[in-house]
Amino acid sequence: MSLPVEDEKIIQHVPAEFSDEKESIKITGFWMFLVTDVLIFASLFSSYAVFKNQVAQGPSASQLFTLGPVILETLLLLTSSFTIGLAIYAMRKENKRALMFWLILTLLLGAGFVTAEVHDFVTFVSAGATWHKSAFLSGFYILVGTHGAHVTFGIIWAATLLFQVARRGLTAVTTRKLFTFSLYWHFLDIVWIFIFTFVYLNGKIV
Amino acid sequence: MPSFVMYLVHTLFPHDVLRPTELGADVMIIATGVIIFYVLTKQKKWLYLWREWLTTVDHKKIGIMYLIAALAMLFRGGVDALMLRTNLALPSTPVIDALEYNQVFTTHGTIMIFFMAMPFIFALFNVAVPLMIGARDVAFPRINAMSFWLFAFGALLLNISFVIGGSPDAGWTAYPPYTGPMFNPGPGENYFFLSLLIAGIGTTMTGINFLVTVLRMRAPGMTLMKMPMFIWSALTTSALIIFAFPPLTVALAMSLFDRIFGSSFFTLGHGGLAMMYVNLFWLFGHPEVYIVVLPVFGIFSEVVATFSQKALFGYSVMVISIVSIMVLAYGTWVHHFFTMGAGPGVNAFFGLSTMLIAIPTGVKIFNWIFTMWGGRIQMTVAMLYQMAFIPTFVIGGATGILLATVPADYQLHNTYFLIAHFHNVLIGGTLFGLLSGLYYWWPKMFGHKLDERQGKWAFWLFFWGFWITFGPQYLLGLKGMTRRIYTYPAGFGWHTLNVISTLGAFVMGAAFVILVYNIIYSLQHGEKDLTGDPWNGRTLEWAIPSPAPEYNFARIPVVHERDAWWDMKQKGQTLAAMRPEDMRTLELPKNTPIPFLLGFAFFVVGFGMTFEWWYIVALGAIGVVATLIYSGFDYDEHKHIAAEEVLEIEAGLGRVQG
Amino acid sequence: MPKRRHRWPYRLVPLALFVGLLVSGCGQQYVLLHPKGPVGTTELHLLTLSSLAMVVIIIPVFILFGIAVWRFRDKPGNKAPYRPDWHGHKGLEILWWVIPAVVLTVIAIPTVKQTYALSKLPATTKNPVVIDVTSLTWKWLFQYPGHHVATVNYVEIPAGQPVLFELTADSAMNTFWVPQLGGMEYTMPNSVLPLWLEANKPGVYWGRSGQYSGLKFEKMTFNVKAVSPQAFNRWLIKTGNTAPPMTLAKYHALLKFNTVGVATYGSYPANTFPSVTKGFTLQGGMYTTMHDQKNLIYVPMSGMAKTQGNP
Repeated sequence: MSLPVEDEKIIQHVPAEFSDEKESIKITGFWMFLVTDVLIFASLFSSYAVFKNQVAQGPSASQLFTLGPVILETLLLLTSSFTIGLAIYAMRKENKRALMFWLILTLLLGAGFVTAEVHDFVTFVSAGATWHKSAFLSGFYILVGTHGAHVTFGIIWAATLLFQVARRGLTAVTTRKLFTFSLYWHFLDIVWIFIFTFVYLNGKIV
Repeated sequence: MPSFVMYLVHTLFPHDVLRPTELGADVMIIATGVIIFYVLTKQKKWLYLWREWLTTVDHKKIGIMYLIAALAMLFRGGVDALMLRTNLALPSTPVIDALEYNQVFTTHGTIMIFFMAMPFIFALFNVAVPLMIGARDVAFPRINAMSFWLFAFGALLLNISFVIGGSPDAGWTAYPPYTGPMFNPGPGENYFFLSLLIAGIGTTMTGINFLVTVLRMRAPGMTLMKMPMFIWSALTTSALIIFAFPPLTVALAMSLFDRIFGSSFFTLGHGGLAMMYVNLFWLFGHPEVYIVVLPVFGIFSEVVATFSQKALFGYSVMVISIVSIMVLAYGTWVHHFFTMGAGPGVNAFFGLSTMLIAIPTGVKIFNWIFTMWGGRIQMTVAMLYQMAFIPTFVIGGATGILLATVPADYQLHNTYFLIAHFHNVLIGGTLFGLLSGLYYWWPKMFGHKLDERQGKWAFWLFFWGFWITFGPQYLLGLKGMTRRIYTYPAGFGWHTLNVISTLGAFVMGAAFVILVYNIIYSLQHGEKDLTGDPWNGRTLEWAIPSPAPEYNFARIPVVHERDAWWDMKQKGQTLAAMRPEDMRTLELPKNTPIPFLLGFAFFVVGFGMTFEWWYIVALGAIGVVATLIYSGFDYDEHKHIAAEEVLEIEAGLGRVQG
Repeated sequence: MPKRRHRWPYRLVPLALFVGLLVSGCGQQYVLLHPKGPVGTTELHLLTLSSLAMVVIIIPVFILFGIAVWRFRDKPGNKAPYRPDWHGHKGLEILWWVIPAVVLTVIAIPTVKQTYALSKLPATTKNPVVIDVTSLTWKWLFQYPGHHVATVNYVEIPAGQPVLFELTADSAMNTFWVPQLGGMEYTMPNSVLPLWLEANKPGVYWGRSGQYSGLKFEKMTFNVKAVSPQAFNRWLIKTGNTAPPMTLAKYHALLKFNTVGVATYGSYPANTFPSVTKGFTLQGGMYTTMHDQKNLIYVPMSGMAKTQGNP
């Protein structure tokens, strides 16, 4: 009472990254990973909400934030989310050169974002707003910092992907890796929109 | 240079670590290490160990490694428990001092939950889940191995704290601000947070792995409502892990940062709010209770049906109840701290939700009893644990309801009543269930049964030992004895009950010794399982030989009914009559050193950070990044077993026609 | 087989011992079963009610379980029906969703009622005695804000009337617990939780901390001395007049990590109750009350109201 293994596969017209059963399962797994990451950020956001008013002797949100650099960071990251979309579009069209171009552009925008954020943090700290000062600052740095660390990790990850694509071309495996990276990158973009709204805008206005 | 050596000695072996018990442990660890080293060298087994075990990605071998680790940790946690109980039986002449007592109850709790119960569950998941769903491995075999090694090195990190640098001493819950550097300097709590963070990454990956395995790897025909109950429990447990561990990670990281990077999340000053930790911790901690108990519900559902020789009663109700428990598990966490003053509205809500979760649990008890009703109950050891579980867990659940009665909890919180309650559900539920599963699936792991007569001795000692230990503790709670005290004055009437309780603990210790003897004895003399189906089983793992071949199923079975193997047997079918022309070349995951190296690199990071030695941290971090990048470039993940080879193996097992 | 049956009674010996212990459990040392005040009594009543409700469930389950195990055991010649394919019965299954639900409703209603009721001082109370409780590292500090006297490791209260304790910590967490009077509540830094208790009669009741707080945690004990209201007032006046003052130096000595004996002070420095220096509003808590603003000056701090109640 068994089926031959080969018969289990049904050939369909699906994108390259879903064409192999094993790779498709890995994409499901990556979605589950994103669920855990959503929960990490949910925990950090709720902690921030609780710590927000615990400013102790340190500055409050509205005293600390300046919106200029944050809007720049937002623009950089949102644009990079658009360019990674174009990269995946190129991948589906099996246009390797265009894919590499958009991916590199995405990474540069991401690097710009991280640079701007680090500059922001350095400014805060040199003004004396270290995370030792208050629970609010601790909650702020860990939330925004975790996001920044994710972006940094994403840049390293995608850089290794560039090499893999250059060497191996667009196979079921490399397309799956690129696709999961794009999921990750869009996810970080969404998290940033929440940070922008609930941390910076809310902190500045309320 | 000499001053550096002195610094090293003082840091690694501070004054308070050099006590007789620690020195004894040191000597024992070194002696054991030397013996193992000697035996491995003498038998020339180093290469075998590396090739067959340390680099393996085979779910069955990973399961066995989890099992060995879990039993070792059960020993460590059990010795801790005996030390605690001995002290409480002799309040006027404590055997260990307050500091050591505090360290021992901390490691007892931490080890039993994170490094005994969890790996024991993962052992059974690894062994049984792929076989039960008719798969050749889990969804991500390499990640499975990474999970194991992260767990193993996390456990190692916590365990070396006892002999190097000093153990954590803030309880397994580690409430701030006591864990802050102001109250708790030294490396102890660093060990705690780092080992749990490292093991926690592994656990989260295990959750993802088994969720995807169950969702995507089932044999054709096995719809969700035809899955064995154990698979349902694996599915719900994995979902719980995915949702519960992130808040823990955040809570642990914040506490660690408070200690070594000077942040102010939960500190006494700077507006820190310790209660936020408590919320995050129990947002993990309550689901964790169900993470360790749902798999056991699954095990018992398999065991009771098999040994009653009867279909599970009310399968769909069992599914509904396990799913509702999973959902409700997220809505009860505040009941761990009603007394932190969240207000009557919040407390009433969480009291009610706690009572609500008792309903689906109660339904399961009735269904198990009615599975036996109309069956033919075989009193095997696995079934005895199931039968001890029902009354024990019912009483544990009932005392849980008393604790959910909010005003009553104000009296019972943090007393020995609470201690008795959670041991009642964790031993009577989790441990009994895991041991039941151990006896049940042992033939599938090793190809022989565990000796039943010795098993029954161990069982009865565990059962009565448990009640002698924890029955009196309910009464101690009513006498107002609070937890985590290393001694107590006379005049409260606590002494007699404590002595009885300690006696019971030693009875359980004896049970553990017999269990270990049973395992060693059975390796030599255990009844061989030649059919692959020693219990007249119902699910697919019993359709293949014991122990299962590397590829599990030469051909993937097709499932038609709920108890697939039982159904096949009723229809006179078998998986053991293959034709040579059906054999195919099989693709299997290939062994890799990456998971072991990744675990080791994390261990180096953890150890360096514990002592805040940043060069070592940097070294380990480079190791982590290098391993991950190497892994990304490694496309050689699979090996192939040729059809002829499969045929040969199957023919050797007598499973080929003609 | 007959031999095996013979062994059963021996296996039940520990159970008999346990039941014996339970029956003997009626002495005064079972403090939770012998409350000396209204809060503890209410809590005991709920405990008894839910215990009885649980017994109502447990006994039929045990009987059913016993019959199943005995009747359907696998031995040759067993005449009980064997139905290997019996896999469900709608009526029965609905029944055991309903039974626990009904029993739990019986417990749930009074639980919710009492949870709310105990969160407020009795309606008849006017100007309750307020005592500020601070857990320090391995000692308890009690301050009487209306009268500016303070005690260490013991607390004097009037019997027969509710007393409002306001709990905070300048230490790791502890819980403030006097089992004979009623349940415990946490003392936590950066927050104040209210708890009311009442002693029916004069007497000495022991209290201890239920939350582990470090090396000498088992020394976190204190006595509650309940005296008649007249004697209590006399004690307040006498203490205020004769007891030595708590200087700032003495207060700082209390903040050290050590244990001390009991002490009484006729006055204490301002701003030593952490809520005053750090600024908290009373909010949340099981035994919350609208407390008497005249007795205490709280500096309201923006935001605490939000975070304290529902973090």
